[in-house]
This record gives sequence, structure tokens and C-alpha cells, in this order.
Amino acid sequence: MATVSTPSTTPSELSARLRTWWIILRICIEERLVYRGDFALGTLMRFLPIVTQIFLWTAVYSSVQTSTETAADPAGQQTVAGFTRDEIIAYFLLTMVARAFSSMPGLAGGIARSIRDGSIKKYITQPVDMLGFLLLSRIAHKLVYYTVATLPFALVFYLCRGYFQELPSAEIWVAFIASLFMGFALGYYLESLLGMIGFWFLEVSSLLFVYMLFSFFLSGHMFPIGMLDGFAIFPGSSWSWGDLVRILPFQYLAYFPAAIFVGKIQGDELVRGLAIELCWVLMFMALSRIAYHRGLRRYSAFGG
Amino acid sequence: MQHSSNTDIGTTAPTRPPRASYRRVFLTFARNSLIRDMTFRTNFVIECISALSWMFMNLGLYLIIFGYTDSIGAGTGWGKYQFFVFLSTTLFINSLIETFFMPNTEEFSEQVRTGGLDFALLKPIDTQFLVSFGKMDWSSLANFLFAIVLLSYSLSRLEYQPGWIEFVLYPLYVLCGVAILYSLMIALAALSVWLGRNQNLYDFWFYITSFSRYPMEIYNGPLGTPLQKVFTFIIPVLIVVNVPARILAQPMTQPKWQLAVFALGATVACLGASRWLFLKSLDSYRSASS
Repeated sequence: MATVSTPSTTPSELSARLRTWWIILRICIEERLVYRGDFALGTLMRFLPIVTQIFLWTAVYSSVQTSTETAADPAGQQTVAGFTRDEIIAYFLLTMVARAFSSMPGLAGGIARSIRDGSIKKYITQPVDMLGFLLLSRIAHKLVYYTVATLPFALVFYLCRGYFQELPSAEIWVAFIASLFMGFALGYYLESLLGMIGFWFLEVSSLLFVYMLFSFFLSGHMFPIGMLDGFAIFPGSSWSWGDLVRILPFQYLAYFPAAIFVGKIQGDELVRGLAIELCWVLMFMALSRIAYHRGLRRYSAFGG
Repeated sequence: MQHSSNTDIGTTAPTRPPRASYRRVFLTFARNSLIRDMTFRTNFVIECISALSWMFMNLGLYLIIFGYTDSIGAGTGWGKYQFFVFLSTTLFINSLIETFFMPNTEEFSEQVRTGGLDFALLKPIDTQFLVSFGKMDWSSLANFLFAIVLLSYSLSRLEYQPGWIEFVLYPLYVLCGVAILYSLMIALAALSVWLGRNQNLYDFWFYITSFSRYPMEIYNGPLGTPLQKVFTFIIPVLIVVNVPARILAQPMTQPKWQLAVFALGATVACLGASRWLFLKSLDSYRSASS
């Protein structure tokens, strides 16, 4: 730096910091790019189940006509929980995009393992913040993922373009992208918090399993959350399972962004939804900070 | 049958070892696996619960779907309880695959990569048998037991009652289904000999078999019909569940009986083809490491 003699070292300190983070990010990106061929193929294959899903839901919609419970929308198409067949397939495709942002494979398990086997020491002895480091490595992972996966994603969306009626307006695009990024942050902090429960209970794999199950079923990955509205929590109650699931944060991992894109959440509801999502993100961010600090104080460095 | 080229290393052919008793070896494998599972009993219970939870989640999805519709596909006859018969059949077949073959083929590709397959080749017993049955995962049978409950309940809710012929044929066709899926699995595993490593093997298997998990009637239309033909006649995963489930859930028609006959032939062909591929792959196996 040119200004060596300045009394305040803050700018150079900051730049040193930025450089550290930049290098970490670059290393993580390179690490992720090692198996790119395998990666692109794997991504394309991941879309295969959408083929069966299209047929399954087409079949379901074909028989909805004879059913009395559901109503036709103004255009005369059959709907289930407010979705036409084309919308629901567009919705499933979009949840895959949302999951690609919010899913953090192995994050919680990895943190818990490093607590158990003692390798978390490296974050204590080195001047690197664990939550920041892991966040960057996830960002790197996602960046690489999207660079490599853009092609398969584009191909699949191109083939399925018929299911998208019209492209949403600019505001919807903004809200959609915002919800995707917040979904990423929510997924990251939620999972790292779960992993850090390992400071208190050494074995958290069954807990993680329960979380995985809930997030899979309640995030809207398998069906739009509105489909749960018809089912009362217990017979006779005015509360449905849908109401309960809307209170939980899981919906922001898949349902929310996808529903925004297909235009199922609009106006005030959309603004409120985004605000609530932001609150969840901030809450889990704060909680994971607290858990990390408290946890380190409890930590007794097992293992070699 | 033995792979003499691989096993007889000595210059002079030694006296043939007594023929292995496959039944006894199999029972020993089963017993050892059970002992291993019972050593960590809590873990075993957790594994059972986890297998059941995934299944219940799947069941939950269909319960929700049937809250909105009467059947999967208009006019296909797959109403709620017919479909639950279908689902129990899927559970029977998948749990058998997961119990017997999944843990083994998973290990096979790893053995190819590390060279551990040498160990299996030297044993005086058929390599495919050893590779296929070495380990059993008893906890996967939890879903099998649940499937019995689901099947009995669904059948009791159905108007159509299958006759005794159907009840005799059902387990036979469930086994045919298991055999077809097993063949596919062992064929993919054999590919790992040539590919060196086949990490996407399981994903691939999962995605291909995901076609088998729905009634074949849903595949129609310009894309669906060719898909149905391919997955019935070329890679016959569609008949795996469809044939046995249909036998119990709905009255059989002429074309369905024809399909059932075809399923028998397909099973034999699949087992034969995968056997051939497996032996072929062993010929190309060059031990790794050391």
C-alpha cells in the first residue's frame, strides 16, 4: 500500500482481510471445479424424475375433472390448490432452482463431525472465522454449480417452455431473485445452527435426519403447500396443516420462490412474505453467531 | 459355474474342491448380517425408523393427492386403494432389493476401484453369488412388514376380490420384479469395471427405477407412449411393479395377461443378459493397487 505512514491502519487491514477472503473463495472454486464433467452429467440426470412427475401430475389432473371438490379457474382449466397443470409443472421445475440455492448438502453434518473429531480446532487456532469461511466455501460451491449447471438447466427449461404461460413482470423477477438469495442465506444459517447443536450433543445425526425429512416434505418440494389446506390438523379444527406449514421457515427453501415466479404470491402478500423471510434469515444468522460463541466456550477439543 | 481362468492359478489343476452349498453359504451370510445388525441394536432401530419415515412421507404425498382426485389418471382404474395395492407392491420389491442387493452392489464398485475384488475372485464359489449376497441389510425389511399391513388393508377396501390364481401369481411376479431390478443393478455394477469408478451408478439406478413406481397407464401421449414402450420392452422396469400390482388390484384383461407372460420371459432374459455382462466384465478386470 502506498499510504504506509498513515496512523490509521484500517484501510490496509480491511484490504488484507478482503484479500484473505478472496483467496479463500478462489481456492474453494478451484476445488469444486475438479470434477466438472461428472458434475454436469449428474445435474442433467437430476432432472430425469421431472419426466415422471410431469406424467404423474398430468394423470392426476386428468381425473380431477370428474372429482367434485375442485373448481375450474375462470379459463375453464382444472385446478388443484389454485394451480393449473401447466402451473404446477412450472412450479416443480422452479422448486428445483430454489432447492439448488437453498440446499446445503453435508453442511450441518460436516460441522457436527468437525466438533466431534476435533478438527474444528483449525478455526480456533487460525485467525479465520468458521461461519465466514464456510459461507464463502458454500458461495464458491454455488457459483461453480451454477456455471456448470446453467447448460443443463437451460436445456430443461427450454424443453419445458410450454409450461410457462408468460414471463413475469420485472418486480416479480426482482422478488424471485431476492427470495432465492435469501433462501440461500436461510438454508446456510439454519443448517449451520443445526450442526452447531453438536457442541451440546455430540451425536446429532438423528436430529439432522428429522430436519431433512421435515424440510423435504414441508418445503413444498413434493407438492405446493396450498394442497395441505384441505386437511385439518385435528378433526373439526379451523386450522389446517397448510396454516401450520406457512408459519414454519421451511417453505422459503423451495415453495416461496417458485410460487412467486408462477404468480401465486402477489402484492401485499408478496411484500409481507419477503419481510418475514428476511426476519427468519436475520434470526438464524444471529442464533448461529450466538451458538458459535457459546459453543466454543463449551468446546473441550476431543480427538487428536 | 466357476471362472476357471481366474481361480485356477496353479500349473496343475488341483482336485476340484467340493461343490459349495449355496444354500448354506447364503444362510451363513444372512446369519452373520443379522448378528452384525443386532450388535448395534439402537442403530438398527433407528435405521428401521428412518426407512419407515421415508415411506410414510411418500404415502403422505399420495394421501394428499387423493384428497383432490379419485384416481391416478381418468379411466385407468387406479383409485385410492388400487393404488395403495400398487404402492405396497413397490414397497415389497424395493425392500427386498434394499435388503439383499443394495449393500452388496454398492460395495462391488468400490471393490473394483480398490482391488478388493481379488478376494472374491479367489473364493471357490460363484463370484456373482458372492458379490450379490455377501451382506444383508435387515433393517430394510421394516418396509416389507409395513407393506403387508398396507396391502391387507387396501385389499379389504376393494370391491374387486382377486381369486386364488391371482394370489398364487402375485408373489411369483413380485420375485420376477426383484429379479429384473437386480439384473439392472448388477449390469450397472459390472459397468464400473470398465469405467473404473461409477459414482453416479446409484443415482442412475434410482432415476431409471423411478419410472417403475407409477402405473404404466400414465405414460401416454406423443412422448409417453414411446417411453412406455422403451421401459416395457427394452429396459423392462415398467413391468416390475405394474404386473404384480395389476394382478391383485384390478381384473385382468387379455392384454394384461399377455404382458404377464411377457414379464416371465423378460425376467429370464434380464437375468441372462446381466449374468453375461457380469462375466464379461470380470474378464476385463485388472486388479487395482499392489
